[in-house]
Amino acid sequence: MAIESDVVVVGGGLAGATAALSAAREGAHVHLISANESTLRQASGLIDALGYPDPDADGGSTARGLLADPFAGVDDLPENHPYRVAGADALREGLALFDDAAGDLYRGGHTDRNALVATTAGRAKPTARYPRSMAPGVVSDERPMLLVGFEADTEYDAPLAAERLEAAGVPFDVAGATIAFPGDHRADAAVTRLAHALERDERVAGGHGGTAGEGRTTRQRLADRIRPHLGDAERVGLPAMLGDARIEEVRADLSERLDAAVFEVPTGPPSLPGIRLSDRLFDALDEAGVSMTTGTPVVDFASTGGAGGDRIDRVVIDRNGARIPYSAEQYVLATGGLVGKGLDSTRERATEAVFGCHVPQPDDRTDWSGEGAFADHAFARFGVDPDGTMRPLGTDGEPEYENLRAAGGVVGGADVAREKSASGVSLATGLVAGRTAAEET
Amino acid sequence: MSDTHDTHGDCGCDGGDETKPPAAADGGSEIPAGAATDGGAVTESSAGAGGEFEPVDVFEGSEMDLRPGADSCYKCTSCDTSCPVAEVDDSFPGPKFQGPEQWRLKRKEDTEVDDSITGCSNCMRCDGACPSDVPLSQMHNTARAEYVENQQPKLSREYIRNRILANYGTLAGLGSKVPRLTNAIMGNSLVQKVNEKVLGITAERDFPEFADQTFRSWWKARGGPKVESEEKRIAYFHGDYANYNTVEVAKALVRVYEAFGYEILVPDQRCSGTPMFANGMLDDARRSAAVNVENLGDAIEQGYDVVASCTSCSMALRQEYPELFDFEGTETVAANTYDALEYLLINENVIDPLSEVDGDDHDIPDFAYHAPCHSRNQGLDRQAVELFRHLDGVDVEDVGDSCSGISGTYGWKEEKYEYSMEIGEEMFDHMEHADGQTGMTECPTCSMQMEHGTGYEIDHPLQVLENALVDTDVEI
Repeated sequence: MAIESDVVVVGGGLAGATAALSAAREGAHVHLISANESTLRQASGLIDALGYPDPDADGGSTARGLLADPFAGVDDLPENHPYRVAGADALREGLALFDDAAGDLYRGGHTDRNALVATTAGRAKPTARYPRSMAPGVVSDERPMLLVGFEADTEYDAPLAAERLEAAGVPFDVAGATIAFPGDHRADAAVTRLAHALERDERVAGGHGGTAGEGRTTRQRLADRIRPHLGDAERVGLPAMLGDARIEEVRADLSERLDAAVFEVPTGPPSLPGIRLSDRLFDALDEAGVSMTTGTPVVDFASTGGAGGDRIDRVVIDRNGARIPYSAEQYVLATGGLVGKGLDSTRERATEAVFGCHVPQPDDRTDWSGEGAFADHAFARFGVDPDGTMRPLGTDGEPEYENLRAAGGVVGGADVAREKSASGVSLATGLVAGRTAAEET
Repeated sequence: MSDTHDTHGDCGCDGGDETKPPAAADGGSEIPAGAATDGGAVTESSAGAGGEFEPVDVFEGSEMDLRPGADSCYKCTSCDTSCPVAEVDDSFPGPKFQGPEQWRLKRKEDTEVDDSITGCSNCMRCDGACPSDVPLSQMHNTARAEYVENQQPKLSREYIRNRILANYGTLAGLGSKVPRLTNAIMGNSLVQKVNEKVLGITAERDFPEFADQTFRSWWKARGGPKVESEEKRIAYFHGDYANYNTVEVAKALVRVYEAFGYEILVPDQRCSGTPMFANGMLDDARRSAAVNVENLGDAIEQGYDVVASCTSCSMALRQEYPELFDFEGTETVAANTYDALEYLLINENVIDPLSEVDGDDHDIPDFAYHAPCHSRNQGLDRQAVELFRHLDGVDVEDVGDSCSGISGTYGWKEEKYEYSMEIGEEMFDHMEHADGQTGMTECPTCSMQMEHGTGYEIDHPLQVLENALVDTDVEI
């Protein structure tokens, strides 16, 4: 006997969560199956839509191709780009669904325009939505800024990031400082350890590594160490590890102590903003009645042929060796691209990993990549080729399966890393795939 | 026309339909599912029961090569972020160090296992957090066993204490012969103080009470199974705790499964090995596992599926056994073992009868539910909450994804008690904010911790099912 639902979504990243939510809101009972914990936990927490529609317009190296309004760039994208395939409103509706689910955790929904958010690399990244904790750090704000990094953090050099932002011509003064995180923590302490110390405002041993006159708790002492570097700065950026559930309390406390708006700067993985977002979206899925199974890869499936075309009957998950069938009327594939392992590749071919859907690609493997690391690589656009309701098409141009749709990174046609469109593609395609799947149940 | 496609050729899991030579993957060797870490040659290929047997001595009698696992790590540190211990213990470097990094360091001659390995609570959350399928808990288990074997003095208080905690079932077997006397002694505060001072077992916790009658003697006294069936047969792996302490959980399993028409077998069994793995007592675990694999394997041959009511037991049978041992039939046992609720939901329509019941009519309370880490690692963390959505009048609130902090024997150790409670703080807090004033969880030690932190009574989902489906007149 199989575990049954109306719609099975395979993949628990942003695209899978969006598809599941959008299908559930149409009234379908959805089962979301994820091979690992959500990849959102490694994501920066920024929700980009479209920053550079044509990254090669000016050689791809400067901000001149930067798009102020992501919606204005959609028509200039190639016809097979997911934004064009999913339809003009899909991105807008996907963002609306996101805003509704993310609620007070996020900002940016007040305008169509991109915000620019300073990153730990000292770049201004175009993004459609950003965590509330990052809001005071947007580049359009002209208040003087101080970026603060921690000595043990080898990934973030705050003075260097500040120099880069200045060099990029940001409209405010920006300085950087590196300080020691208060307390007797190991040099390679997990970010969760430091966030935990801030949330609990743990007492710090007096004298041990501290300077005379410094406060006794983690937050007091952190503020005391930042203050000498403050200068004229009216806002202070710290790496995104200021807390988990109680981050706003931590931010408010530090802001008050410093008389400056304290904000988070997005970091690489592991990412607390990504974890917060993941938790929030899964809460929304829970509220919508979605059933979820995590840590269980889909390892097999069965299909039936018929007059209307082939249909998926069931998928089989692997739970520590036991094989458990899940069946539904409709399926959504949201397993990610080459990095997310939704696509497999050998030296000869790139293939879609779960259902073996057709992945258009040059026959000659040397054409997969271009010259130079950041060039226009064909492989970056690899993925399934969907119709208007996101059904992957076979080599004959017909849907591979009548009841299979695709969303997110597994969909081809976008170079999301260069376009800065990864989240938006997941939201737009996830929305359409989930909704059209639910409409057929 | 119907066809199936195997899409999982490279994961080493038991696909059950194809023999794949272990080194066939492009670009390097990989770990066959049947590989051993305990010095033995590999006796099973990754083929399942139906596959052609093809012995391949990949490691030439040496210990298992975990290099592919270590090489898969790209240092994203997602495991560290998932680690409940690294969040509170400044002396613990986290799973990334304990796994791939420690593994590499150990390659050097004369390099000992870092003693921070004893800080790991064996919650195994890192396994689920890794986006690259690094076998972190397997690396921890092997490093911990090596540490205990070669570096931990056998007369040290820590070793003796850990050995006692790890072999709880042996002591419980003795104690439960005179349950009331044992309860009186263990509940004595002086005894608790002595335990703490001499053995390093925290005096903060009350020792779990032994039931007047063990589950196995109850089972025997009732004459074994009341239902016979050729098609629906389960072999119940109750583990030590449901046998000696929470007998009502085991009885609930029997009543619920018999209500669904299952013939139940209660095979001879030893501890699943979970507390032994957690304390690096791999030899003890191997002895237990050998008995379990043999007896459960026999039951499977007779058409039984193995069902466990404790999620750490099912975790051990399904994941740790194949990762650490190579007894004949280890893979078969793993592939045919299920959690009790999981198995019922796969094979029976539980939802329809449950939807007929109104919990208010039967005094079923609201619950604050905590998913044990070992259920989370099996992808079972949502099943109770999602199932009881269908039970009217009963609110089951998930109290969040944090670890309870006790992690089996971890929270019983004097030096870990404070960390254990600090880890548990989030869960206690969420429990107190939930509507339900009764707790629910699958894991016996999570249950202890929930009770310890809140004073709530804690039920197992099977007990709730028993109340809703067996104690009522609903038609199943």
